[in-house]
Amino acid sequence: MSEHLIRLTAAELGARIAAGDVSSVEATRAHLDRIAAVDGAVHAFLHVEGERAIETAADLDRRRAAGEAFGPLAGVPIAIKDVLVTKGMPSTSGSRILEGWIPPYDATPVQRVRDAGLVPLGKTNMDEFAMGSSTEHSAYGPTHNPWDLERIPGGSGGGSAASVAAFEAPIALGSDTGGSIRQPAHVTGTVGVKPTYGGVSRYGSIALASSLDQVGPVSRTVLDSALLHDIIGGYDPLDSTSIPEPWPSMAEAVRRADVSGLRIGVVKELDSDGFQAGVRSRFHEALALLERNGAEIVEVSAPHFEYAVAAYYLIMPAEASSNLAKFDSVRFGLRVTPDGGGTVEQVMAATREAGFGPEVKRRIILGTYALSAGYYDAYYGSAQKVRTLVQRDFDAAFTTVDVLATPTAPTTAFKLGEKLDDPLAMYLNDVATIPANLAGVPGISLPAGLAPEDGLPVGIQFLAPAREDARLYNVGGALEQLLLAEWGGPLLDRAPDLSRHELFATEEGAL
Amino acid sequence: MSEINAEQVAHLANLARIALTDEEIEHLTKELAQIMHAVEQVSEVATPDVPPTNHPIPLKNVFRDDVVGHTLTVDEALSGAPESDGSRFVVSAILGEEQ
Repeated sequence: MSEHLIRLTAAELGARIAAGDVSSVEATRAHLDRIAAVDGAVHAFLHVEGERAIETAADLDRRRAAGEAFGPLAGVPIAIKDVLVTKGMPSTSGSRILEGWIPPYDATPVQRVRDAGLVPLGKTNMDEFAMGSSTEHSAYGPTHNPWDLERIPGGSGGGSAASVAAFEAPIALGSDTGGSIRQPAHVTGTVGVKPTYGGVSRYGSIALASSLDQVGPVSRTVLDSALLHDIIGGYDPLDSTSIPEPWPSMAEAVRRADVSGLRIGVVKELDSDGFQAGVRSRFHEALALLERNGAEIVEVSAPHFEYAVAAYYLIMPAEASSNLAKFDSVRFGLRVTPDGGGTVEQVMAATREAGFGPEVKRRIILGTYALSAGYYDAYYGSAQKVRTLVQRDFDAAFTTVDVLATPTAPTTAFKLGEKLDDPLAMYLNDVATIPANLAGVPGISLPAGLAPEDGLPVGIQFLAPAREDARLYNVGGALEQLLLAEWGGPLLDRAPDLSRHELFATEEGAL
Repeated sequence: MSEINAEQVAHLANLARIALTDEEIEHLTKELAQIMHAVEQVSEVATPDVPPTNHPIPLKNVFRDDVVGHTLTVDEALSGAPESDGSRFVVSAILGEEQ
C-alpha cells in the first residue's frame, strides 16, 4: 500500500484523497516511512516534521470530512527548500550561522501551500545560502543523487530534487537564482520551473541575489509543477517586485499540450562541443520528436549569452554581499564572542568567520570587491550592461520564435568532490540556465532521457518571454507525453532501488 | 585591471566584517585573482552606448496605505536573538577602549 502511494504523482494522490480512497494521514505516513528508509543514504532533508506532519494531515482529513472544500493538491505532502522561512520549523538556508533558528513567520509560498491544504514534510538540503551547483557547500553535508549515490544531485536545490526523485515527497518547493531549480532537475531526472521574475513572491525567501532569485516548483511531472505553480504564484503585496497582473492557469496549459505550429528556437551558442555527447543527442532527439508532432525548429543566435556567466558572477556576489550583511549576530542566528570579549563589530566579524562556509566567504569578498570604489564601473557597471545585452538577445529571438530550447546543463551528474576545489569549473554548470535569471524570463527543465555513455538523466530546458510561463507548461506537457509513450513509462522507473542500496550500505558500515 | 594582493583581501574582509585567518586570506587572494580574470571579459562588450539594467522587469515604486498592518510581536521579534532583555536586542560594547 505505502509503496504504491509514494509512486503516485501529486495530481493522482490529490485525486485519490479527494475521492476518499486514501486519507492524507495515510499519504503522509507513507512518505515519512520512505524518508526513514532511504534518507540515511540520500540526505535530502535537513529537518523532518514527523508526527507534526501526521497531525497536520489528520486536521486536513477532519476538515474535509466536515465538508470543507479544497483544491486539487489538498492533503498531498510537500518538501520545502530550507531557503524558505517556515513558522515553527527550523530554517537554516544550509548555513551554520542559522543553525537552530525557528522563524516567527512563513514565507508567502509556504503560507500558500499550507492554505491549499498541502502537508509540509520538512526542509530540504541546499548549498549554503543557495551558493552552489552540487549541495556540497551545505554546512550539513551533501545530498546524494538517487540515480547514483556517489554523484551530485545538482544545486543549490539538490535536496528538493533528490527528495522527489527518491519518492520521499511527491512535490517540493525550490528557488532559482542561476539555475538552482533547473540544473538539479536535469541531473535527477525530474521537473523544475523557474517562473518569470515577480511571478512568485520572494517574501520570506532568504535572499541570495534579490534581482535574480525566484521561487518555483519541483516535481516528477510537468502537471504537478503546474498545479503547484498555480498555488504559489500571483501577486503578493509583501513583495514589492511582485507582478500585480493576474496569471492564466498553468495546469490548463499542460492539459492543452499542443505543439502544432509552435516555433522553437535552438540557441546555437548553447548547442556546442562544450556539452557532453549524450546530453546533446538526447536534446536533439527530443527536438526531432517535437518536430514530427508539428513544431517548427529553427536555429537562433544569442551572441551575448557567452558573457552571461561572467556578468552573473559579478552581479550575484555583489547583491549577496549586501543581503548577507543581515547576519550580524544581533537579531537571529549564531553569536561568537572573541576571547576576552570585544566590540559589537569584533563579535560580528568573529561570528561571520565561524558561521559562514568557504563558498559564502568567497562570494562576499568577491561582491565587496566588485562594489568597491574605483572598481564599481569596471565590474558591476559593466555586468549590468551585459544584462541589457542578454535581454536584447532574448527580445530579438522572441520576435521569430515562441520558445527557446537548450540542454539544461553541460554534463550529467558528476562525482561528489570532483569540482569542489575548482570554483570556476563549478560555476560553468550554470552556463545554460543563467541567461534566464539575468533577463527575468521563465524556464523549465524536464527529463529528455538517459545519456547513453553513463546511463544518467539528461534534461531539456525551454525558455519563454517574461509573463509567458504558460508556454513552457504547454510545450513541456506535450514533450513529456510524447516521451512517456516512447519510453513506456516514467524515466524514474529506471532509477535504482534505493531501499536495497540502503541495506547494502548498512551491511558495509557506510551509513 | 589591477592585480589583487593579500592586503586588499584583508581590507575587503574587514569591510565585510569577516575575521578571516591568514590562511584563508592567502587562499582567497589566489582564487579571487583567477575569478576576476575570468569575469573581466564583461568589459569586452560593455561599451559606453549600452545602458545598464539593474532589474529584469521594469518596475515603479510600490506604495501602500499608511495603516497599521500585521507585524511581529516583541516576543516574536526577539525569539531568535542570541541575547535580549525581554524588550530589546542586547549587543556588546559599540565603542572599543581606544575610541
